[in-house]
Amino acid sequence: MIRHLLSAADLDRDTATLLLDTARQLGQALTGREVKKLPTLRGRTVVNLFYEDSTRTRVSFETAAKRLSADVVNFSAKGSSVSKGESLKDTAWTLQAMGADAVVIRHPASGASHRLAGWVDGSVLNAGDGTHEHPTQALLDAYTMRERMGRLDGLRVTIVGDVLHSRVARSNVLLLRTLGADVTLVAPPTLLPVGVETWPARISYDFDAILPKTDVVMMLRVQRERMTDSFFPSVREYSRRYGLDLRRAALLPDDALVMHPGPMVRGMEIAPEVADSARSAIVEQVANGVLVRMAALYLLLSGEKGAE
Amino acid sequence: MVERAHNTPGPSRELLSDADIGRVVDRIAHQILEKTRGARDVTLLGIPTRGVPLAVRLAERIRSFEGVEVPHGALDVTLYRDDLRLRGARPLGPTSVPAGGIDGRRVILVDDVLYSGRTVRAALNALYDIGRPLQVQLAVLVDRGHRELPIRADYVGKNIPTAHSEKVSVLLRETDERDAVVLHGGDL
Repeated sequence: MIRHLLSAADLDRDTATLLLDTARQLGQALTGREVKKLPTLRGRTVVNLFYEDSTRTRVSFETAAKRLSADVVNFSAKGSSVSKGESLKDTAWTLQAMGADAVVIRHPASGASHRLAGWVDGSVLNAGDGTHEHPTQALLDAYTMRERMGRLDGLRVTIVGDVLHSRVARSNVLLLRTLGADVTLVAPPTLLPVGVETWPARISYDFDAILPKTDVVMMLRVQRERMTDSFFPSVREYSRRYGLDLRRAALLPDDALVMHPGPMVRGMEIAPEVADSARSAIVEQVANGVLVRMAALYLLLSGEKGAE
Repeated sequence: MVERAHNTPGPSRELLSDADIGRVVDRIAHQILEKTRGARDVTLLGIPTRGVPLAVRLAERIRSFEGVEVPHGALDVTLYRDDLRLRGARPLGPTSVPAGGIDGRRVILVDDVLYSGRTVRAALNALYDIGRPLQVQLAVLVDRGHRELPIRADYVGKNIPTAHSEKVSVLLRETDERDAVVLHGGDL
């Protein structure tokens, strides 16, 4: 097993499959129980180091660690030594001195988790670094697809929207490709990153034409907080060309799945009626996130003595 | 405790044949019926890997002998093991608790080999996080001795005195090609 989870590209097919299988068995182990807690990581410390606001991901990691009986320390940039000017490296040394067994890091700079992995002895889990990667999100998306559709091999997945600023898109493309799915990216040309043609995915600008040939459609949020430029003329025009409204949802095959990594902007990239429809897996994605993160913590943290 | 030594080189000796295992499972099923007075409140939980098919077989036997439907399932104990930090992350096994749960049931844990007793210790802890059984019993196909904890089985297929250096492999048709109990290594 790998020691850190920094990029979806670090996961080969066997490791990714092991993670998804473990998540599923953890789900089984916790079903219908009186005590929703497993003793597996008792006495271990997991630090959540969040330099960006993210209630969803932090709570998900925190819940996952607590379900495995680990101690959780939350460290957010606001109101900590970070706001007083401490560098990432000094923070890393502090965490090291406290004996953190795992550090979950969310950082606005791409590559921050890689740097951190070089400075601490514990496992580092990337919970999103800049516009680069978000591997546990990709794992929970793949898990949700596999549970709902029964397979990943040959599954036609269309990812739509702000690919440029989306770490979710990059991690998803890498992981889904490893697991055998066919990925198509749909976005306005201004919201595709440089070098996207080297990604293992097809690119299309015609959303309507792609929808009938799609098993899973994943809508991305338009990340206005990362935008320093105007990438499209108006919200209305974006929504009309790249939003998933009821008319477009009707173009999908009957058993197709609608996903969104959240937080969603209803009425912008996705219509409320579509987000709340039976084919939407958006709420399941959140529940599955805890299972996948438990699996990652379990596989990274158990057996560090002797296994290496 | 499952011994994974199916490809162990060196001498090996078959201790129980296909037919022997059939008889042993028959006997344990009868003993369960006798000791629990008809097995009406019994739930069988197999410990993966090979305890699970054994639990299924016991449930089938009990049904065919007395027509009682005994709920049965699987209980993975990997997450409760005490050697996770020493031996590294292991893949998990399946867990499925029968629909009625285990509250107030006479739970019989089923495993293939009883050795140190640590697997059973983990299973007991796992069980008490799931609910509150009326009673817990243990059925094993083979007891090979060398207990490290105060644990004993209520139903034993065969007692096999072994040395630590030996390995006991239980083969079952559901997971292997045939039914057999094989002793490997040591000074045969």
